[in-house]
Amino acid sequence: MAVTSSGTATVTLPTDEQILITREFAAPKHLVYKAWTTPELVRRWWHAKRGEMTVAEIDLRVGGKWRYVMVTEDGFEVAFHGEYREIVPSERIVSTEVYEGAPQAEGVVEGTLNTLTFAEADGRTTITILVDAPSKEIRDAIIDSGMEAGMQDAMDLLEEVAVSLR
Amino acid sequence: MARAATTADAFNAVAEPRRRQILDALAGGERPVNELVRVLELAQPQVSKHLRVLREVGAVAVRHEGRQRLYRLNGHALKPIHDWVKTYERSWSERFDRLDVVLEDLKKEEGDGSDE
Repeated sequence: MAVTSSGTATVTLPTDEQILITREFAAPKHLVYKAWTTPELVRRWWHAKRGEMTVAEIDLRVGGKWRYVMVTEDGFEVAFHGEYREIVPSERIVSTEVYEGAPQAEGVVEGTLNTLTFAEADGRTTITILVDAPSKEIRDAIIDSGMEAGMQDAMDLLEEVAVSLR
Repeated sequence: MARAATTADAFNAVAEPRRRQILDALAGGERPVNELVRVLELAQPQVSKHLRVLREVGAVAVRHEGRQRLYRLNGHALKPIHDWVKTYERSWSERFDRLDVVLEDLKKEEGDGSDE
């Protein structure tokens, strides 16, 4: 109830340090996996309409690095990077994720460990992303960052509605 | 900082499946403890323990009526928790909506390749 909501993606907080994101897609899992791991395709969706992706690097092998950079309309650069820890094609990807704009203690990289799984039933795929943060503070900061983004969404929607009323 | 900590505490309180069951049961209206014990099929001390956690974060409120303790949902306290994660959820929803479009294209491509 209170921990889930009506959006297409469902977000819950299973423990102090975790975030769990779930979403079903009307496509078989090999396609969802493809869209998730192919740079040209990632460029089309990862920005969530909030900017343009200028970098989508994916070195899909254990120990390989990934890096995504998005530039928002007002010129703000948002960058994330990480490393692949485990790859089972169409089944599971475990990777680290570091937000480059987050304040970091010297010598300490405070990223999360993300476990992405793909489960298919009747041609539809449910993905789950379990985000493991090193502390509750970092987990909460990640959720807080979504708050800003959400505000932006709200403004965009408001604009769309306003335009449609003309 | 203080706000995040508070909301997160409330979140942990409602993240426990049994406590969510209690909240669901209370969504239908005020109930005494023994009724919650019956609905949840748990021992009374366990139910009381969960209720105490929920009360501490303000998710439920209690009032006494004779010898009974009646519990009710405090939706007002739960709303900020809901909103907090909701906005994060929305950014993922937007992203997934874009992914839906990509997947439709991939399905079409695949169909063109194998069926035609």
